[in-house]
Amino acid sequence: MIDRDQVLHVARLARLRLEEGEIDRMASELSSVLDHIEKISELELGDVPPTSHVIDVENVLRADEPRASWPVERVLEPAPDAAGGGFRVPTPGQ
Amino acid sequence: MSSDLLKISAAEAAEGVRAGTVDAGELFALYRDRIKDLDDRVGAFLWQADEAGTSDPGPLGGVPIAVKDLFCTEGIPTTAGSRILEGHRPLYTAKAVRDLNAAGAPMLGKTNMDEFAMGSSNENSGFGPVRNPWDPERVPGGSSGGSAAAVAAGLAPWAIGTDTGGSIRQPASLCGIVGLKPTYGAVSRYGMVAFASSLDQCGPLTRTVTDAALLLRHLAGRDECDSTSLGLPEEVTLPSRTSLEGLRFGVPRELGSDAQGVEPGVGEVFDRTLERIRELGGEVIDVGLPHAPHGIAAYYVIAPAEASSNLARYDGVRYGLRSGNGTLLELYERTRAEGFGAEVKRRIMLGTFALSAGYYEAYYGRAQRVRTKIADDFRSAFGACDFVVTPTSPTVAFELGARTDDPLAMYMADYCTVPMSLAGIPAVSIPAGLAEPSGGGGPPRGLPVGFQIAGPAFSEILMLDAAFALEQAIGFDTTRAFL
Repeated sequence: MIDRDQVLHVARLARLRLEEGEIDRMASELSSVLDHIEKISELELGDVPPTSHVIDVENVLRADEPRASWPVERVLEPAPDAAGGGFRVPTPGQ
Repeated sequence: MSSDLLKISAAEAAEGVRAGTVDAGELFALYRDRIKDLDDRVGAFLWQADEAGTSDPGPLGGVPIAVKDLFCTEGIPTTAGSRILEGHRPLYTAKAVRDLNAAGAPMLGKTNMDEFAMGSSNENSGFGPVRNPWDPERVPGGSSGGSAAAVAAGLAPWAIGTDTGGSIRQPASLCGIVGLKPTYGAVSRYGMVAFASSLDQCGPLTRTVTDAALLLRHLAGRDECDSTSLGLPEEVTLPSRTSLEGLRFGVPRELGSDAQGVEPGVGEVFDRTLERIRELGGEVIDVGLPHAPHGIAAYYVIAPAEASSNLARYDGVRYGLRSGNGTLLELYERTRAEGFGAEVKRRIMLGTFALSAGYYEAYYGRAQRVRTKIADDFRSAFGACDFVVTPTSPTVAFELGARTDDPLAMYMADYCTVPMSLAGIPAVSIPAGLAEPSGGGGPPRGLPVGFQIAGPAFSEILMLDAAFALEQAIGFDTTRAFL
């Protein structure tokens, strides 16, 4: 179960603004999915190691050689607001 | 001429171009014009190319390919099915697309998909649903729904898509074509818009197993831009096997024809296919995957957790949609609220919750341990058999709108495909027959049912060889839904 306050807290963490009408619906949909997910709490998993990567690869390194990157102007082309060779954003506020 | 050209497989067309009996330019024009004339009935394409570009037919014979809109293409709109990337033109092209172009497969167009590959019906696209060519009132599956529908409708000779929990295999099953998810790491993910990085994998959607093998040959490889990529141990050979003698197929009790939610019609086709395996000399045995029923639960922690992190980059600063003029925080929140659809928001919320302080171990930690158990289950099963076989999807194609109000019911569409994704192993879905939906309705001839064959990591060549033998014996007509 997840309640309205938790939904608002998580939405803030995720930088998502939810409309008033979305909040309760989100709470009920997430709760039904979490109810299903919680079935894994019944499993005996004491000393089972977690898997973060399924295929055995370790310490993949490449040669540390300098190579050309894109010019700044190119990278700024798709930007919604570019200025002075950078991405312009509003003030972070108080 | 043009209807013959349409019905031959992509590999045959490539062969024809090399032998001089098929003209690559004519082939491209045929498909380009069909998309222009017919795609409004399916909605498979978000963008289409006017010309093939390069003229060197290469080993893929100039046979054009449809590309899921999750692959970045330089200067060509790449949306990932999301309004937040509407009109976005990437600076570079994905490795998979570059390799296929270099091998002689020009891009035919970019295909519709569930937003950021999150969905099993293509109804989560920000640009409208895709219709199943077998029945326009039904979904094509997802998230590679546009690629699957394009191939099934005869609007593309072949296509590529991506599979995170079933997104190639499930739409291939629902559209009556072949869909292959390679071993995690076989194909570079460079330039694929990231959803869940530990699961995402690129693969072919085709009308024949041979076509899938041919594409895999040119897709697989180690890429220094994706340090998780390994390629395959040897070059992919084209399948030729006609007998299944000496091969053992394991049917997991948990995912067989009487598993949770499997429609009777799907179960019948599955059981009939097991009979065919025996007729071809293969052995069918029972195996256990005791943790597979927990696959959906583990997947819906792991995939949203990774997605919540991967999708943090869409913030209205560097590219894509920007909305809001207040503070920086308001700009982030408004951009993401306006740009993301309902399912993407749900998954970001789920993932953020699962990773948040106090819940991490209970959800993410446990899910990763379940993942280990599922991978162990497969390892034990492969000690007793060469392949694990299941229905690809518990149901045939369902009606548009049937599951949009019930996220969990939608998630269950991947019940039989998610365990292989969590284990990182390869799996292919081939069309095995037709069945009626359990609620009745659908076209009188029935709707396609997919049969899934999964093998140990890097067993693609043998797996496709077995799939080929079965495909020949089944003789499914993949041109039946052509528009």
